[in-house]
Amino acid sequence: MGQDREMRTGKCGGADSMAETMRLEIESHSRNEEFARVVVAVFASRLDPTLEEIDDVKTAVSEAVTNAVIHGYRCGPGTIYIEASVRGKELTVSVRDEGVGIPDIAKAREPMYTTDCTGERSGMGFAFMEALMDQVQVRSLVGEGTEVTMKKLIGR
Amino acid sequence: MNDTAFLYEARGRVLVIHLPKELDHHNSRSLRYETDLLLEENYISRIVFDFSKTVFMDSTGIGILLNRYKQMQRSGGTVAIYGARAQIARLLSIGGVMKLVDRYDTKEAAIAEGGKK
Repeated sequence: MGQDREMRTGKCGGADSMAETMRLEIESHSRNEEFARVVVAVFASRLDPTLEEIDDVKTAVSEAVTNAVIHGYRCGPGTIYIEASVRGKELTVSVRDEGVGIPDIAKAREPMYTTDCTGERSGMGFAFMEALMDQVQVRSLVGEGTEVTMKKLIGR
Repeated sequence: MNDTAFLYEARGRVLVIHLPKELDHHNSRSLRYETDLLLEENYISRIVFDFSKTVFMDSTGIGILLNRYKQMQRSGGTVAIYGARAQIARLLSIGGVMKLVDRYDTKEAAIAEGGKK
């Protein structure tokens, strides 16, 4: 009985120093852009963020997921892998696709640069991620996919 | 009426576009087609965007404003916004469109100012 209680209050709560992680796999569909950002926002809420911080995270996640849908999978089928973790006060979110990849990452990150042919995209996706998060890292291989990893310190 | 659709309202030469609650890529897919159609069939010299219901926006909003601005500019027209919350205004500034559009607190002001220019 005593041991049970210890399990409940102690070990099951997880050690404070350990990172807490969640993983989400979604189909590449524009409808899932909202779902993905809301799930990450709810996960990040355990860091007790301000409304502005939560909005920043939601917008940054929306950019990365929209990029995967439009560019990574070119609006076709595919799976988007989202992982979020908190360690101390730091939130890390990664959005990965197994799509076409980015030939020139530096170019893709330039504000106003877009390969979108509808003319309706602003080319500000990465600029938004960079402005709203503390750190944005992009890894990509043509033909294999792209992974965007973003970090933000919450409640500084 | 639902909160994911765009609502269009013609007021003389002014076209008011009421934006949805969540202004993202998914919800904006029909906007271009719909506004192009309205601009073809009506003489519009000013587009006014209503952000008063919008609580979320990503860079999709920048693309929308930028493209309507370019469209209006070609015919000598203007673009204005009203009802933008602090976070939305901040994102519009980051996206560099705040200096291209006029910002007002109310719909009436945003529409009325159009006639002065």
